[in-house]
Amino acid sequence: MKKSGAAIAVACLIEQGVDTVFGYPGVSVLKIYDELYKNRRSIRHILTSHEQGAAHAADGYARATRRTGVCIATSGPGATNLVTGIAAAFMDSSPVVFITCNVPESQLGRDAFQEVDITGIAMPITKCCYLVRSAGEIADTMREAFALASSGRPGPVLIDIMGNAVVETAEYEPSAGHAVTARRAARLLAPVRTDEEGVAAVAKALAEAERPLIMAGGGVIRSGASEALLALAEKTDTPVCTTMMGLGAISSAHELCLGMAGVYGDARARRAVDECDLLLAVGVRFSDRVTGPVETFAPKAKLVHIDIDRSEIDKNVLTDLHIVGDAGSVLSSLAGKVKKLSHAAWRDSLAQTKERVPGAPAEYVRAVRRAVGSDAVVVTDVGQHQLWTCRYFGFERPGELITSGGFGAMGFGLGAAIGARTGDPSRTVVHITGDGSFRMNLTELSTEVKYGLPVVTVVFNNGSLGMVRQNQRQFMHSHFWQTKLDRGPDLMLLASAYGLEGRRVTDAEELYEAVKELAGKGGIIDCRVGEDEEITAG
Amino acid sequence: MKRTLSILVENSAGVLSQVTRLFSRKNWNIDSLAVGETQDPSVSRITVMVEGSDQRIRQVQAQLGKLLPVISVCELDESLSIHREFMLVKVRAEDKDSRDEIISIVNVFRASIVDICRTSLMIAITGDEAKNGAMLALLKDFGILEMARTGMIALERGSATIYDATKDRSEFDYAKSVVSAEDKDA
Ligand SMILES: Cc1ncc(C[n+]2csc(CCOP(=O)(O)OP(=O)(O)O)c2C)c(N)n1
Repeated sequence: MKKSGAAIAVACLIEQGVDTVFGYPGVSVLKIYDELYKNRRSIRHILTSHEQGAAHAADGYARATRRTGVCIATSGPGATNLVTGIAAAFMDSSPVVFITCNVPESQLGRDAFQEVDITGIAMPITKCCYLVRSAGEIADTMREAFALASSGRPGPVLIDIMGNAVVETAEYEPSAGHAVTARRAARLLAPVRTDEEGVAAVAKALAEAERPLIMAGGGVIRSGASEALLALAEKTDTPVCTTMMGLGAISSAHELCLGMAGVYGDARARRAVDECDLLLAVGVRFSDRVTGPVETFAPKAKLVHIDIDRSEIDKNVLTDLHIVGDAGSVLSSLAGKVKKLSHAAWRDSLAQTKERVPGAPAEYVRAVRRAVGSDAVVVTDVGQHQLWTCRYFGFERPGELITSGGFGAMGFGLGAAIGARTGDPSRTVVHITGDGSFRMNLTELSTEVKYGLPVVTVVFNNGSLGMVRQNQRQFMHSHFWQTKLDRGPDLMLLASAYGLEGRRVTDAEELYEAVKELAGKGGIIDCRVGEDEEITAG
Repeated sequence: MKRTLSILVENSAGVLSQVTRLFSRKNWNIDSLAVGETQDPSVSRITVMVEGSDQRIRQVQAQLGKLLPVISVCELDESLSIHREFMLVKVRAEDKDSRDEIISIVNVFRASIVDICRTSLMIAITGDEAKNGAMLALLKDFGILEMARTGMIALERGSATIYDATKDRSEFDYAKSVVSAEDKDA
């Protein structure tokens, strides 16, 4: 049947099982919005205050639901406002399909009103960018985009549809969901082999190791491989540390869990990395925040890397063994190949590591944890509050933490929290932020209120850009410059301006009470933190 | 060491910029680049020369593999393949002596003179890096006025082809996602 390009685009969203989109309209995408209007019973549209908020929300939605998020924006400034959100999704391998409209083909390249080369801009921060020139290409492109976003190592995909293509009509055949051109079919549909030899070699290395260590990254969570991870760790009695993106891959309450590795990591995890003789890194990409200087990273260890993305192998550190594959299936085949092992002496020696005594911020983080339990979704912004949360919350399950780990985008939190709550209304969503980060995108408070998406925002209010201030003390002779936030708004007045409840707290007990009270209805908690508090490695 | 990569890509808009931008954002320097259609007009072949260790080359191949329009990538070993580049060189030749000397150089290299005027000669030459480099070194003494080159192209010797090296698509794991989507509908 013949349909307009816009109608095809929306029909394809429905085909893909999309029931929620985040976005912001403009004249270029008007036709698509009109189709969304006609299909408003099938697809819920969340109108944010800013396209960046919509992008982070679609990302947060994807992370909370493990489905593909969708975000729609108009041409020009609408499209460029997405960029930080696309990059944040890309760096943390989050599957989001971004749809923008551009000027008509006849205007392209003439610097027409609100024309921008968004596929050129987004090329390095997406798995793939499509510039769609005609209505006839829309269905195949959308289907391929959805398959790409969620397959292999997930990530964002951008589809920029030219103005003429949404208006023109084309033949549309409903489909089960996917399309691959004949040429691509041969290479994209080829079955993925598991490297049995690699698995045997790694199993042998594990059996020979005296001080083995598993490092679990975001790939374990993406793959849903927590059970397989636990099975392997328990069978081989191997301690597990995680990266920031891997927090929750194993419960922090488990006796094999050593906490977070890396520059701002826990003492036990850091010591284990320094001393292990085998490091089995799963679904990690050896970011500089994990390795520190690569020359001194895991100096005594044989390095084994398991990742679904071949290009991660030997990218940042040279490994001794590697397996390219899905974390879950590789870990399960490994568990099947190894014998039961015991490493009591190694575990005991690690258990003796002294963690640094944490300060007041740790008490705040633990108060939040006590108030919401382990069933909530915790979303953070970027800075000290983020690292305190990672270190002291005690994550117990995959998906419990949503944070901008790779890109470190301040302003990520509120949008992502709204997205998470939209996708999973059964869970309490706590948004832990700093006064700097919060101010970047607090305009999304109106989205939270309008759509009844309660988010408890806890502002670690230290009157400064704490993370940067800390660096100024350490590396810039305490020249505190441009990091003091001695200005409004008054967070209590702000809360009431948006129709939210506000609480001001000065100790952990008050914070606990406030979080408990606001958990069901959302609100803002102004939590006073000393400006000299710092985040240090354990 | 200079290494040669041959890349088959879908012949569609923006593919070349995807490939070259990957090189620039990864901070890999392109020494030479040549692009052209293949016997199948929907497929182009890109030949790139880059400097790098084995690790670097593996990384380049893996990153190229992640670009959707890239069909296959292979490294062409210098000794197992034929490398050729075509150059046009305009040299100063203002007197008979220089002209004669240049003509004899051209003959030795089996190059050809494709244009001549009172003060200069234009030379066309096809060869690998060693041959073209040697001739350029000799012509430099006369004064090179301007030159243009196509960039190196190369093919593996024997009957093996780049089609044997169709890249591993595991990073997309696309098949899995197609299957699960169909399961969902069933
Ligand atoms: C968009 C963006 N701009 C700048 C930075 C650099 N930066 C990293 S942490 C930080 C300070 C964050 O301050 P705040 O949100 O108050 O958190 P705190 O460190 O005080 O907990 C800054 C400016 C960033 N990560 N993201």
